[in-house]
Amino acid sequence: MANKGGVKAVLHPVVRTILQRLGLGLITLFVVSLILFSSIEFLPGDFGEAVLGQAALPETVAAFRKELGLDLPVHERYFDWLGGILTGDMGNSFSGRGSSGGTDRSRPVIELLAPRLANTLFLASMAAIISVPLALFLGITAALYRGSIYDRMVNAMTLTTISFPEFFVAYLLILVLSSFTKLFPSLANIGPDVDFWERVYLTALPALTLTLVIVAHMMRMTRAAIINLMASPYIEMAELKGASKSEIILQHALPNAWAPIVTVIAFNLAYLVVGVVVVEVVFVYPGVGQLMVDAVTTRDVPVVQGCAMIFAATYILLNLFADIISIITNPRLLHPR
Amino acid sequence: MDIKDLEKAAKAGKLGRREFIKRAGALGIAAPFAATLLSQSVQAAMPKKGGYFKLGVGHGSTTDTLDPGTHENGFMSDTVYAYANHLFEVDNTQKLVPELAESFEASKDAKTWVIKLRKGVEFHNGKSFGAEDVIASINHHRGEGSKSASKSLLDPLVEMKKTGSHEVTFQLSAGNADFPYILSDYHLAILPEMNGKMDWQAGYGTGGYIIEKFEPGVRIQFKRNPNYWKAGRAHFDEVEVISLIDVTARQNAAMNEEVHVIDRVDPKTVHLLSRNPKIRILETTGTLHYTMPMRVDQAPFDNYDVRMALKLAVDREALVKKILLGHGAVGNDHPISTANPYHNGEMPQRKYDPDKARFHIKKAGMENQQIDLSTSEAAFSGAVDAALLVKDTAAKAGININVVREPKDGYWSNVWNKKAWCTCYWGGRPTEDWMFTTAYVKESKWNDTAWTTGDAADRFNELVVAARSELDTDKRRTMYNECQQLVNDDGGALIPMFANYIMALNNKIAHDDVVAGNWDKDGNKAIERWWFA
Repeated sequence: MANKGGVKAVLHPVVRTILQRLGLGLITLFVVSLILFSSIEFLPGDFGEAVLGQAALPETVAAFRKELGLDLPVHERYFDWLGGILTGDMGNSFSGRGSSGGTDRSRPVIELLAPRLANTLFLASMAAIISVPLALFLGITAALYRGSIYDRMVNAMTLTTISFPEFFVAYLLILVLSSFTKLFPSLANIGPDVDFWERVYLTALPALTLTLVIVAHMMRMTRAAIINLMASPYIEMAELKGASKSEIILQHALPNAWAPIVTVIAFNLAYLVVGVVVVEVVFVYPGVGQLMVDAVTTRDVPVVQGCAMIFAATYILLNLFADIISIITNPRLLHPR
Repeated sequence: MDIKDLEKAAKAGKLGRREFIKRAGALGIAAPFAATLLSQSVQAAMPKKGGYFKLGVGHGSTTDTLDPGTHENGFMSDTVYAYANHLFEVDNTQKLVPELAESFEASKDAKTWVIKLRKGVEFHNGKSFGAEDVIASINHHRGEGSKSASKSLLDPLVEMKKTGSHEVTFQLSAGNADFPYILSDYHLAILPEMNGKMDWQAGYGTGGYIIEKFEPGVRIQFKRNPNYWKAGRAHFDEVEVISLIDVTARQNAAMNEEVHVIDRVDPKTVHLLSRNPKIRILETTGTLHYTMPMRVDQAPFDNYDVRMALKLAVDREALVKKILLGHGAVGNDHPISTANPYHNGEMPQRKYDPDKARFHIKKAGMENQQIDLSTSEAAFSGAVDAALLVKDTAAKAGININVVREPKDGYWSNVWNKKAWCTCYWGGRPTEDWMFTTAYVKESKWNDTAWTTGDAADRFNELVVAARSELDTDKRRTMYNECQQLVNDDGGALIPMFANYIMALNNKIAHDDVVAGNWDKDGNKAIERWWFA
């Protein structure tokens, strides 16, 4: 008890909140792992049958299940797996096991995941680097010239691109930028040895597609948050003291608008990592999404679990990040009474 | 004029392909052989070396490995045929020819096979090829604990002995005249031996291409093997096979010239793709067929007249036109395709005949009585539409079919091979024996028509066993013709159509006149056989 009080006294409230959030994040991750594991337990089908085909004999399936440890009780397997994850070992994939003899040549999940995750993060960063500044710029200027033709144009255009399904935007871009003008390639199947600028060139179309899909959400939140603050008394005060409109928005309104904007940005960044399967398929981009879909069809459970945990961790981390930013930028949260 | 003169004339361009075959025929040379002569003499002079060939395929998965026992998709068959060789190969004219084997001899009962191996062949790592490599490579798929897809194929193999540095003797438990065909199976690649085992991990083969880089589920890159032993093959300098699962992405890549060849073109959009001036569509009729098996052990299909009525009540032409959109051929209620060596071409083609169908259904006393047909898109794309079309055409013959839509999930475990009548597909097998043994003999677990008893079925089972060990091709042809007739007449198989393999080729790509149909992409050997014009 004394110790707890001591911590309270020593830690800055922000640090304490961050630690609290981190702890909560870990608990969430643990709950996710439980839900994930049990829901996969309930899935119909069996990897042994899926990989051995229709002709699989019951005894071959049983031998295979034993080899994979699927015959152990559920809780034992769960703690095995959880322990592995905590030590950075996600186990070995079920598939890719050698056809002959008992030798195990399956690949570690990490080895399968790492290059794909790097690709996904690369594409997500490309899209983020284009879309976040663009969305902020459009949102702020739209708020600045609220009600003008410019504002309406920006609104209409971003709403149009978000309303189309991603694959449609992707195909449109392929048609215009790849088939007609030959500016960019329609295949973005990058390899590990591709150098940086080549990589940027190859991923241009998928990144552009994602940008078009997410920019509206962030831009509209920026615009709305700023406009909302414009009615506050302190903005009126700034107006009265003679500050220009852009000064008011950038120096007075924006700092207080960060919280909602950052939340939406974090949400969209998380989407860039976990929700781009369709774009990956259209551009044949070797990312985590395709890996997970592959793994689900072959019922390669360790890979599915690995992907899902990474997705969950991404969501939790980005939300944590958004929380922290909104606390730091918000004086009321920064100095709680 | 003898054949040499003909060859000369053809080489000089004085003789077209058709004319060459016709005249060769006059000289007593059969058409397939004449075509081979032509492709060897004329076309072999034409292929150009060089270029970076990109092949986009609708297969490939992150779980692919170079272990040939695990190969299960087109991506890996393309790969294995590019970097490795097999003892035998099915050539572009569908003929079985020795590949790493030089010659073979079978005992009269087709139980003992002595295979002499090609000398002076080297693996990519410089190891010279010999009998021990063959033994290690074949053994990889046999024995306890083997999960190889070819294990059951090799079950009849009792013993394998090295009877010379370049000779292996195979001993089978029962005669099998198709044994060399089995050795052409893409799983049975010959890879180097190391410490008594096959070494597949290193990725060295004897093939025309050396693996440079392999990313499972994404791509594989090859460069030409400068040391390749096979003359007139492996023309490209470098090759890249790219996995493009999504059909739109695949077709886009072909249109934007990011790949030179794609497989599995969507029949629904092939006419649009063919309008592109840079692209040529290539179709081959393969062994893939769509079936509607009737289980003869269940009522009402135990009645010959019901089966015959339904076989006559199906409008095959309409099915090919509407379900395959014209990209296929009508089937004749037996599973042997024109791509198989002993296809029975003399048997009359069964046609839609509502009057005869009505006669048979009346005779069976089943007029206007409901017959259930279970179907799902899981069987093949368009299976539900196909069933509805059959229902319509059969109605005109007084047959009342009730189409039952089954869930896609679990179709193969709950509906197929269980319900009395359903829709199904078969990926075909390269030989008659292989196909019949897989799904039509009485011992098979996959005998989805349950056609096991009765005079015709008995006769069929006898014939299949006898034909298996018959080495005389004429006698075999007679036997297989009768087998096909028996399935066609008495069997429960309703096989209305064979689907085409549809590929799109860039105009820069050239190939021999005759393209193999045993698999997609010239028997999955386009990498070795095709070239840049």
